[in-house]
Amino acid sequence: MAEQEKTQIIIVHSAKYQTTYNKKYENRKVWAEPNFNHINSYIPGTVIDILVKEGQKVASGQSILILEAMKMLNDIKMPFKGKIVKVYVEIGQKIPKNFLMIEIEPLD
Amino acid sequence: MSLRRNILDLRKRKDEVRKGGGDEAIGKQAAMGKLTARERILAIVDEGSFHEYDMFVEHAGTDFDMGNKVLAGDGVVIGTGTIYESPVCLFAQDFTVAGGSLGLSHARKITKIMDHALKMRVPLIGINDSGGARIQEGVNSLAGYGEIFFRNTLSSGVIPQISVILGPCAGGAVYSPALTDFVFVVENISKMFITGPAVIKSVLGEDISMEALGGARVHAEITGNAHFFALSEKECFEQIKTLITYIPWNNTQKAKTFPVREPKSKYKIQNIVPADARLPYDIREIIKSITDGSEFFEIMELFAANIVIGFGRMNGETIGFVANQPKVLAGVLDCDSSDKAARFIRYCNAFNIPIITLEDMPGYLPGVDQEHAGVIRHGAKILYAYSEATVPKITVIIRKAYGGGYIAMNSRHLRADFVFAWPTAEIAVMGPEGAANIVFRKEISEAEDPDAMRQQKIQEYKDKFANPYVAAAKGYIDEVIEPQETRKILLHALRISASKDVQGPSKKHGLPPF
Repeated sequence: MAEQEKTQIIIVHSAKYQTTYNKKYENRKVWAEPNFNHINSYIPGTVIDILVKEGQKVASGQSILILEAMKMLNDIKMPFKGKIVKVYVEIGQKIPKNFLMIEIEPLD
Repeated sequence: MSLRRNILDLRKRKDEVRKGGGDEAIGKQAAMGKLTARERILAIVDEGSFHEYDMFVEHAGTDFDMGNKVLAGDGVVIGTGTIYESPVCLFAQDFTVAGGSLGLSHARKITKIMDHALKMRVPLIGINDSGGARIQEGVNSLAGYGEIFFRNTLSSGVIPQISVILGPCAGGAVYSPALTDFVFVVENISKMFITGPAVIKSVLGEDISMEALGGARVHAEITGNAHFFALSEKECFEQIKTLITYIPWNNTQKAKTFPVREPKSKYKIQNIVPADARLPYDIREIIKSITDGSEFFEIMELFAANIVIGFGRMNGETIGFVANQPKVLAGVLDCDSSDKAARFIRYCNAFNIPIITLEDMPGYLPGVDQEHAGVIRHGAKILYAYSEATVPKITVIIRKAYGGGYIAMNSRHLRADFVFAWPTAEIAVMGPEGAANIVFRKEISEAEDPDAMRQQKIQEYKDKFANPYVAAAKGYIDEVIEPQETRKILLHALRISASKDVQGPSKKHGLPPF
């Protein structure tokens, strides 16, 4: 009890406990609701081709971008019928995982 | 006189091999703060006890002009020795010879000493310092790794296997250490990864140093691959020697016993724990207040510090301690701490080491990240490991034992042999705060002063359930004890459990959730 370290609080079942955090807990990812209008990379890789233009209307299932990762060409498809709002990447760009590539919006 | 000539010739041949990769390569090794392979072995074993084998083995490469090259001992040293007079088998990769790269002969030397260790039922210590597969030998190097991994698995749970990472250990090579019981790393020297920084950068554009990607601290603190972290090779060797004193030679024996010593008087067990269950303390102080000589050899100190594991001795005998750590994350169970504890419990069980569990935990760590990281799957491992273990299992509940955590931490229901509780123990489905909010939801929300009502109901619940006597009334606790009696009672329980013999149903192997 000699040294008084900086204490932090953990709440479990409504009780507040004085304790300290470890690095992993401090760096944990806070969950955010996924935005279905954002097409993010699910694997790091290189943008090989962009098959759509901003403002273009695209049918569900149509290819919109080719992402090369782990020596494979991944065909990124339109998840639903919609419009291309903005393209955030360029051909040849290397991107990490979860990188916003294309923003879309649904069309009825 | 011809015999003398033969002897001189032999000496010359051995000296030639001992030069390894030559003065320049040894100089480079030293500049990195690294000893040579033979120096490392000699620093670990008892003086004069090491014998080296297969010094004259030649490499098997023929392609790419390899046939003309001489590689001393093919880049690895193997042999036998003793540590505090206990026998061990050792191998050490020699980075000064072709970067310690693994070819067919190199692998055969390693598997030879592994086979020897398993046959003789003695511990195996492997020192890894290698650039990886010897690419000139092609698929033969891969075959070599496979033969090593297979033997690691075969020996698992039969002989202790210790891996010491004293240099690079990359690509497939990492899986031998990962299959062994204890991995030792040294800051700025150990580097472990599957894919190195250069490839990661070229493929993914992520720029990271070797140290930040797979250095000693990363594996000791973040990945949990390493069990012991040291600042120098010297400190690392001391850790290895200390570990050897705590573990048996094999799974049919017990660890060596030592003279009994009382705990040091500065550890006053009744003064360590705050009465308020929401305040932290260092559980290692409790461990040191009950072990012989107040000694505690902690394992994985930096990883998942919310649970503490390690060896101490009681009555001269090695004991495995598993203890919640209120000082870190309130001592909650989570994915990492469950993994850490479960593996250690299985280690103790495999090598006949009794387990003492010290419990003070509020439950599982809440959070989306935990749920999505698989806290169900990981948390189940701890239940599995305790249930499966047949060594003596003793629990002391110090303060909080709530919910699923109470069951998981070696409860009576998982076949603990003895469960003791301090009078400060609180054994309940959850803490009083959470319970009152649920049980008295209506009363609290309808009260004129909900906060006052909540406090009143919390107190009511506390008085009724936040104690060890409800569980003791059902026989789930064997005895409620005074804190200062803890060591005495544990010594007694260990003595009574000394010839414990329980047999589970016969099976090929269980299916733990890993």
